Amino acid sequence: MNERAIRVTVNGRVYERTVEVRKTLADFLRDDLDLTGTHLGCEHGVCGACTIVVDGAAVRSCLLLAAQMHGHEIQTVESLADGDRLNPLQEAFREHHGLQCGFCTPGFLMTLTCFLRDTVNPTEAQVREVISGNLCRCTGYKNIVTAALAAARRS
Amino acid sequence: MKPPRFDYLVPRSLDEALGLLAQHGEEAKVLAGGQSLVPLLNFRLVRPAHVVDLNEIPGLDTIRVDDGRLAIGAMTRQRQAETSALVRERCPLLAEAMPQVGHVQIRNRGTVGGSLAHADPAGELPAVVAALDGELVLRSRRGERRLAPHEFFVGYLTTAAAPDELLVEARVPVTPPRTGTAFMEVSRRHGDFALVGVAATVTLDAGGVCTACAIALTGVGPTPVVARDAARALVGVKPTDDALMDVGRRVAGALMPDSDLHASADYRKHLAGVLTRRALARAAGRVDAGKERQ
Repeated sequence: MNERAIRVTVNGRVYERTVEVRKTLADFLRDDLDLTGTHLGCEHGVCGACTIVVDGAAVRSCLLLAAQMHGHEIQTVESLADGDRLNPLQEAFREHHGLQCGFCTPGFLMTLTCFLRDTVNPTEAQVREVISGNLCRCTGYKNIVTAALAAARRS
Repeated sequence: MKPPRFDYLVPRSLDEALGLLAQHGEEAKVLAGGQSLVPLLNFRLVRPAHVVDLNEIPGLDTIRVDDGRLAIGAMTRQRQAETSALVRERCPLLAEAMPQVGHVQIRNRGTVGGSLAHADPAGELPAVVAALDGELVLRSRRGERRLAPHEFFVGYLTTAAAPDELLVEARVPVTPPRTGTAFMEVSRRHGDFALVGVAATVTLDAGGVCTACAIALTGVGPTPVVARDAARALVGVKPTDDALMDVGRRVAGALMPDSDLHASADYRKHLAGVLTRRALARAAGRVDAGKERQ
């Protein structure tokens, strides 16, 4: 088949769409659902900017096809804030300058969202390991680590 | 950076998948976790006419003990193997290598079978299966074959699987009593491909003398390298610092790795020697833990 009808839940909302099978999940979120918070850097699974959460696990949305998402549940960075109110992780990034240009930030936030959900009292080494799959060219990572640890203490 | 056009096929059973592979042969590519295939599609380095997605086939992702072996279904997510109590208990070498396969976002999706079938020369899992002398189970409409690692891994990104065959299971022996194992690697950054990685197993008798030893390396050749002769040098002696140093030297001396952007051949040989020594020491130090498991 060249097209597939899918029913997928994104940020709690159910979408029914017909997608070209070669369309990546990242492009589907951005172009079809207008959820442009998910950013695309390398488009081959190296930079981590497109990291989203599928069925509770952080994954690269550039390495999935939208056609594979029938029946699955997705969270993107748009699910974090409540309107203009940032969630504790986002707030920690803002407070500790965990971002500069912001391009990589959605990927870091989604990676860390899963990590902080599963890890009580994380160590700095654990944070550094989990974000090793996300590239940031502005911050040098230090403030991202600080923000993640601050968010862990807060929750 | 977008996949080329292809025909997407979603079999609901193994039988259906094998039928599709028999029908389409080399025109088809199998999609498991997609962590290697989708980048190749995005770069258009591969342009398969058909993509056969295994993700909707039930039952290919079980981990079980069968006939003294840990049998891991090909579609087992790497993260699932990493966090499996059964893997940790019965095959600690695999459990230790698992977190070093890519980054967590990769392991959440990537599969054990996919990593083996992709046969990256710097992959961790091929070296683990080679060190343990495991089996790769291939199925096709023609039947089933069980290959040893040296039969399965034939070259750079190349396995002995025929176009109509599917890797359905990897089988590794359950770690025997009085045996310690260790996996160590050096990479530029956590989760990157290994410059060199070493998988080692050491069995000691009650007197502390080595009765069996296996060493396999990744990143130093087109396929995992099993250092049989060097490992044999440890059998019959105690794993003293001198003995391990000697094995490390033998391993390094026998290798002919390539130089690339990330490391020179000399540096890789040096790493292989040092990592072998350290991995053997760690494995030997864990032997008591192996005894307690019994």
